Amino acid sequence: MKLKLHVWRQKNKAAQGRMVTYDADNISPNMSFLEMLDVVNEGLITTGEDPIAFAHDCREGICGSCGVMVNGVAHGPQDATTTCQLHMRSFQDGEELYIEPWRAKGFPVLRDLVVDRSAFDRIIQAGGFVSVNTGSAQDANATPIRKSDADEAFNAAACIGCGACVAACKNASAMLFVSAKVGQLSLLPQGQPERQERALNMVSAMHEEGFGNCTNQYECEAVCPKQISTDYIARLNREFIKATLTYPDAKK
Amino acid sequence: MSWLKHAVRNPIGAKVLMAITGIMLTGFLVAHISGNLLIFVGPQAINAYAEGLRQFPAVLWAARAGLLVAFVTHIYFAAYVTMGNRAARPQPYAFSNTVQATLASRSMVLTGMVMLAFIIFHLAHFTWRITDSEISAMGEFDVYQMVIRGFRQPMVAGSYVIAMVAIGLHLSHGIASVFQTLGLNHPRYNRAVRFAGPAIGVGIALLFASIPLSIYLGLVK
Ligand code: HEM
Ligand code: FES
Repeated sequence: MKLKLHVWRQKNKAAQGRMVTYDADNISPNMSFLEMLDVVNEGLITTGEDPIAFAHDCREGICGSCGVMVNGVAHGPQDATTTCQLHMRSFQDGEELYIEPWRAKGFPVLRDLVVDRSAFDRIIQAGGFVSVNTGSAQDANATPIRKSDADEAFNAAACIGCGACVAACKNASAMLFVSAKVGQLSLLPQGQPERQERALNMVSAMHEEGFGNCTNQYECEAVCPKQISTDYIARLNREFIKATLTYPDAKK
Repeated sequence: MSWLKHAVRNPIGAKVLMAITGIMLTGFLVAHISGNLLIFVGPQAINAYAEGLRQFPAVLWAARAGLLVAFVTHIYFAAYVTMGNRAARPQPYAFSNTVQATLASRSMVLTGMVMLAFIIFHLAHFTWRITDSEISAMGEFDVYQMVIRGFRQPMVAGSYVIAMVAIGLHLSHGIASVFQTLGLNHPRYNRAVRFAGPAIGVGIALLFASIPLSIYLGLVK
């Protein structure tokens, strides 16, 4: 396959970036998208140019580090698939591709296609955990959990924090991410003691990191590689409203 | 008061206030169109209705005050939310794309501004009666004649119809959106909400638009 690529190139956080056009020849349809970029980079290195920086780690769809925009769609055209699991057979020979980093105030570009997603870590630090003392493991099933709750918590826990929801959202909102984390823990017995402050603090942290507000357009769920549903956003809204009205410390 | 500020100046609280005031404004539209449709019954019906409203000035003014508060709140938080959203993506995509967001959902700010402009014109037209010298000159109060005279003019009828397109779009996203924002979400009724929201929105707009259209086309004289 032959492709024409338009790729965002930016030296560092402070530098001014721009789209640069490359020809990608000798691409096999069986390559993954990242392997295609590897091939392009080898070509760039032999001609003495800087290779295109992109983030990746597991290359098997579980770490969440590899996301880029392909023709304006987070993680490219295939449903329920991370960029690393996307294969070149999803494209036509001769196609033109626009490859860009996630765009959000909360995700500043570090270099080329690599963005700083540490805002998500800080949102997690604001409440995406349960405080339990460590010790020997409990017996399995010692804490009863309703099957439907366990299933729903599990579906939310599938979130890999890749940031595609923010990238796809017209408002660069992180509501789907926050709702998956809040939803998962609010459904489980271990999450109950910190349930209210979790919802309040994680929403505040999201706000402070500069992410936008949800306008219920559902672009996020369409691109989520783990198919997290926007039903979790409704659940987060419920958690937040309830916590706002009933949280014992009136200052929060 | 700092508690209240905290409760509403955040991504969810602001949207909750917009949802609540949005329902109030939609409730007004339903009441308003119900009254307006009396124009099809005849001059006596609509004039008696308008006269009837005037018999209860306290109720009328309380309703107006409530509407004004809802309206200002809705717009204030719309501005707050929109400015936050613009700031959240300082650098746009070179190639922008949309997977499933509807046209209505993407034009809420535009349709809202069209509605605001329309409402100001509409109040000037029929409530304060300052846009049309013939209407201003109508000595005796006759709502029926005023509306007929207003909508015989193509520019006036046309601008009302355009405004109703904006209202139909705004509500077809807005009504269903209220449920999501308030957390009213369950597989039992999600499908009904996503169908009925746009249906009610478009229905209200069509009923409103039917008045200027049928007067302009001479179906109602
Ligand atoms: C084409 C359809 C419409 C017709 C024929 C119509 C007709 C009227 C008339 C005759 C009045 C004056 C009532 C009076 O002074 O006794 C009025 C008032 C008003 N209308 Fe409409 N209207 C229409 C659509 C709308 C829409 C879509 C809105 C949107 C929000 C709206 C908002 C208002 C408001 C806020 C008032 C002032 C209420 C008050 O008296 O305090 N109208 N309308
Ligand atoms: S590289 Fe780990 S999810 Fe793609």
